[in-house]
Amino acid sequence: MSHELTLNGRLWVLREEDGLFGDIDTDMIYHNAHLAVTDVDKMGQYAFGNLAGYKDFAALAKPGDIVLAGENFGSGSSRQHAVDCFRALGVLAVAAKSFGAIYKRNAINSGFPIVELPGLPDSLFNHFSDAVLDLENGVLTSGGTTYQGLPMSTVARDIYIAGGLFEYAEKMNGGNSA
Amino acid sequence: MGRTLLENIFASHGGNDCSAGDVVWIDIDNRTARDFAGASVVADLEKYGGESPVSDVEKTFFTFDCNVPANTIPYADNQHRIRQFARKHGLKVYDVDAGIGSHVVIEEGMGRPGTTTVGTDSHLNIMGCVGAFGQGMGDVDIAYSFKTGKVWFQVPSSVKVTLDGTPAPGTEAKDVALAMLRRFSSHELLGKSVEIYGKWADSATLSDCITLSSLATEMGAIIALIPPNETVLKYFDMTRQEAVYADDDATYEEEYVLDIDGLEPLVAVPHSPTNVHCISDLEDVKVDGVFIGSCTNGTYDDLRLAAELIRGRKVAPGVMLKVVPATRRTWSRLLEEGLLKDIFNAGGSVSNAGCGGCASGQIGMTGTGEVQVSTSNRNFAGKQGRGKTYLAGIGTAVASAVLGRIASISELEEVE
Ligand code: SF4
Repeated sequence: MSHELTLNGRLWVLREEDGLFGDIDTDMIYHNAHLAVTDVDKMGQYAFGNLAGYKDFAALAKPGDIVLAGENFGSGSSRQHAVDCFRALGVLAVAAKSFGAIYKRNAINSGFPIVELPGLPDSLFNHFSDAVLDLENGVLTSGGTTYQGLPMSTVARDIYIAGGLFEYAEKMNGGNSA
Repeated sequence: MGRTLLENIFASHGGNDCSAGDVVWIDIDNRTARDFAGASVVADLEKYGGESPVSDVEKTFFTFDCNVPANTIPYADNQHRIRQFARKHGLKVYDVDAGIGSHVVIEEGMGRPGTTTVGTDSHLNIMGCVGAFGQGMGDVDIAYSFKTGKVWFQVPSSVKVTLDGTPAPGTEAKDVALAMLRRFSSHELLGKSVEIYGKWADSATLSDCITLSSLATEMGAIIALIPPNETVLKYFDMTRQEAVYADDDATYEEEYVLDIDGLEPLVAVPHSPTNVHCISDLEDVKVDGVFIGSCTNGTYDDLRLAAELIRGRKVAPGVMLKVVPATRRTWSRLLEEGLLKDIFNAGGSVSNAGCGGCASGQIGMTGTGEVQVSTSNRNFAGKQGRGKTYLAGIGTAVASAVLGRIASISELEEVE
């Protein structure tokens, strides 16, 4: 798993009629019909399998993609599958205007990078354009345009670099000096 | 700039000089898991926990409350797996006889003002009732807290709600909570730490505070914190100096005043806790069953009130009354004081302590079309079966059981 703080990838811009796709809940990301799957590698095929207009995402996504969405990404249930399915496909990160609170916890705890870009104008970035995502400073750059989002918190960065919450605990020698 | 109540609790638990938006590591005083998701916590610890998966056995324990004693094999398996893990590592289990975990944490004195508690129960933010932090989390987070004693948390922004005035006689804490749900719905307080002030909060009993804070989840709030008043301090034998409060110059993202003067009892109509109506607006709703209990309305005070109201009266023919005390201690007091007899003689069934009718259908689900009045906190479609659940306080629940339709406590008083 990559622990790079600067990611280079291709931008998958999720849109609905009036702009960036908002309120994508965990059932649209990873439908509850597939919750019994426990092998992360098998989860990729179901990513966005229930998201209108993006049901072929899993077939078209490539390792190195960066997903871009609107407000409240990952609202709803607490399923970890909704994070792991992206990891299985080699998706590097998800950037969105905002995230559901539990989704945010799950992503951070499993060392999967997310970047919040509050107030991002809907048409600033183009689909499939090359992009650079600076996780630490929360900056997305693509097609000569740069957008400043929220910097990664120290906690999220430390867990990301360690590779996950328990890996972080290990590194902290049982967590005593966390 | 002064700190809010939550910021002060965090600051005293390793969060230093935190403010809204910061992500901080918090020291956790009480690290718990219940029978729901507890087995996943055990599985995580067996996988990642190494030789010593629990850093402090004194502060770490399991509370069984969802399905007690287990009436499904998966629950029985999970509970037993937890017991074996607990025995191996010397952890205490508040087993199937103990009652609702969050209430046990308060009763046993671990959940004192200013403390921090996490667990797998989504209503653990009920700890706000004593001006303490509590939060339900997923199994990975909880396993991590068992292992290290810490969790990370993004400090939510704080808002202040002042409850102004005095409700009408016969109006309960539940009605005040329903008035908040009516006013704020489930999105206005979303993700906020809500601090409750005003005359009502100053004079509320611990039982009242529990009821109000138990509905923070339905309001979408992270927590509803009630600064410990004299009654609550006395319960814990504490002084003001030993508890934690907001700084005098604390700043809030928003300050609201909610007028509850003369407030009358309210009911949340299916299928949302925010769908709140006056009883007089509900025309002749016949009820099939009434449930009294849950972490919202299952305390000794709640059940004593229920017993006093129903004493010498009868549950209407064809109506079921199901009563579940929140904890074993409550059960024992009701037993000793003869109050269970009042409920029993009126035609009620009393079950063992726990989440009872609220979780896993322990003491009954509703069938299609069945109408139930419940003192619990959720009436979403499917939550308590296929029927329609109306949320109300104790007085309304008892009146509805006796009259066989949704009725107010004042109507009950007219019944001999
Ligand atoms: S009584 Fe209901 S809401 Fe409360 S802790 Fe138990 S299951 Fe959850």
